[in-house]
Amino acid sequence: MVRFLVRRISLIVVTLLVVSLAIFLVTEVLPGDVASMILGQGATPSNLAAVREQLGLDRPAPARYLSWIANAAQGDLGDSYVQRRPIVDIVKGRLGNSLILAGFAFLMAVPTAILLGVWAGIKRDSLGDQVISIGSLVAISLPEFVTGVLLMVVFASTLHWLPSSSVLLPGTTPLDRPQILILPALTLTGVLLAYVMRMTRANVIEVMQSHYVRTAILKGLPMRRVIFRHVLPNALLPTISIVAMNVGWMLGGLIIVENVFSYPGIGRLLLTSIQGRDVPLLQAVALLIAATYAVSNLLADLSYSILNPRIRLS
Amino acid sequence: MSDILITKSSPPQSALLTVWGALLALGRGFGRQLWMATRTPAGRIGLPLVALHAIIAVFGPLLAPYLPTEFHLRDQLSSPSWQYWLGTDEYGRDIFSRLLSGARSIITVAALGASLGIALGTFVGMSSGYKGGRTDEVVMRIMDGLMSFPALLLALLVLTTLGSNPQNIVLTIGVVFTPRVARVMRSATLSVKTLEFVQNARLRGEPAAYIIFKEILPNTIPVLTVEASVRLSFAILLASSLGFLGLGVQPPSSDWGLMISESRRFMTTAPWIALAPAAAVATLVIGVNLLAEGIRQAQHLPLIEEDISS
Repeated sequence: MVRFLVRRISLIVVTLLVVSLAIFLVTEVLPGDVASMILGQGATPSNLAAVREQLGLDRPAPARYLSWIANAAQGDLGDSYVQRRPIVDIVKGRLGNSLILAGFAFLMAVPTAILLGVWAGIKRDSLGDQVISIGSLVAISLPEFVTGVLLMVVFASTLHWLPSSSVLLPGTTPLDRPQILILPALTLTGVLLAYVMRMTRANVIEVMQSHYVRTAILKGLPMRRVIFRHVLPNALLPTISIVAMNVGWMLGGLIIVENVFSYPGIGRLLLTSIQGRDVPLLQAVALLIAATYAVSNLLADLSYSILNPRIRLS
Repeated sequence: MSDILITKSSPPQSALLTVWGALLALGRGFGRQLWMATRTPAGRIGLPLVALHAIIAVFGPLLAPYLPTEFHLRDQLSSPSWQYWLGTDEYGRDIFSRLLSGARSIITVAALGASLGIALGTFVGMSSGYKGGRTDEVVMRIMDGLMSFPALLLALLVLTTLGSNPQNIVLTIGVVFTPRVARVMRSATLSVKTLEFVQNARLRGEPAAYIIFKEILPNTIPVLTVEASVRLSFAILLASSLGFLGLGVQPPSSDWGLMISESRRFMTTAPWIALAPAAAVATLVIGVNLLAEGIRQAQHLPLIEEDISS
């Protein structure tokens, strides 16, 4: 187990280095350097030179990458170019807000999805199963911004039950006004719920057809015991890795949902930095999102291997 | 679907002919998979939905009552009527006409992007899987590295630096999809590679390109078709999401995602601006997903007729 941990954690460090290099290369080395990105089309050569010097762009790219990544590893992400203050200060609250939203959606979606998926898998081809299957296919097909806008039309503009925008006053957290969380979390839940449910259902169906389940049924065990002791442990294992794979998807969904509802999280910040051509902030936010993704994959791998002795012992 | 296509002997031919022959076989294979999908309920709903959108993409602009960029300043934000079937937006542009022209742009961009990703991914995955050993390991590590980015983030980064235009969006979708397709096609290759007819071709001394294109590729068609349809649906989602975030097709051209994004300001007064493009994206993706589901289900159906000779 210790060796497994060491290997996985060193792998994550490598991944983060590769990812940070990729972010750096994409934003700095592709045609159109940072200075011209910041200044846009009306840039004059002297303006460009001034900005380049200010950002230290006159230094060679490898040196800039090394100092960026070394500072980032020590928790210093540099200064935002537009807001002129340390990026760490800007990001901190935003990251917390995003985690609250994502956690809320996760808690709503995953247990419901597993319950419905197991039920649909056991009652395969029943009316309820068909309704669930068709419903989840539709939910998967709707992009987050479509679901979000539809929910907005219904619950905000027509029924006036919930606020249509999730803007927060500075210095407050979403927990002070929990009602602004509901629509974004519901939107985020839609796809996640549908996806996890479909996978759970497929796993349950597969396990139900296995020989050991048939044996268990034929030797006269009560159905309840067959399901809880034989089907669920085996069907839910792959579900864990699917839930983890969905974290990446959810991060993408978070970017969209936060922008649909103007929710002050990391995804909204990403788009603000793109629109404001704030390259240092953009790099930092991108790195943060990629790091979250890598860490959640690690956690998923760990929990999977803890629960599955076949992997732990190999 | 476990038909195995066996080539008996190989007449000497150029690499170009090999590829051309493989592409023809691929086209035939895709066609048959689509036809098989119509035997399932999902496919019977999905295929017409997709076909309808494809027809609108091709002929839509001819049917449009107005130019998509034409301002009707007297009829701003007017609700659906005989004159404007789906109403107008804040500049008095006809929503129906904008919807039709948006169909062409999103379907073209998504289809080209998905095709690029599938072509690159298939090439990388199959050659890496066929070659095996050290090369395979290095290539797949690089692919894993590319996948350690959430797709939308990678797309946003690339488009921000390169600037957003249709070619770059296609390129971006292609790059984002390559590692994902490569992984699927690699494992498909690994399972076909060990079969006897491949060993046979190897012992005959066929070049690697011939074995990959003419022996292995035709036998991965079921996997490839499902992957292609799934990728198409993701490409539409990705392209329309980019549009929503303002990095899609640039204004004044119409883009479904952007139309929805801009509609939020008029949510209370003119909800039809949001509903029309929302319904358009939804039906398109639902159609593609149903088709994918149909193809998948059809592969598990007992075969009625099967001509291996073709």
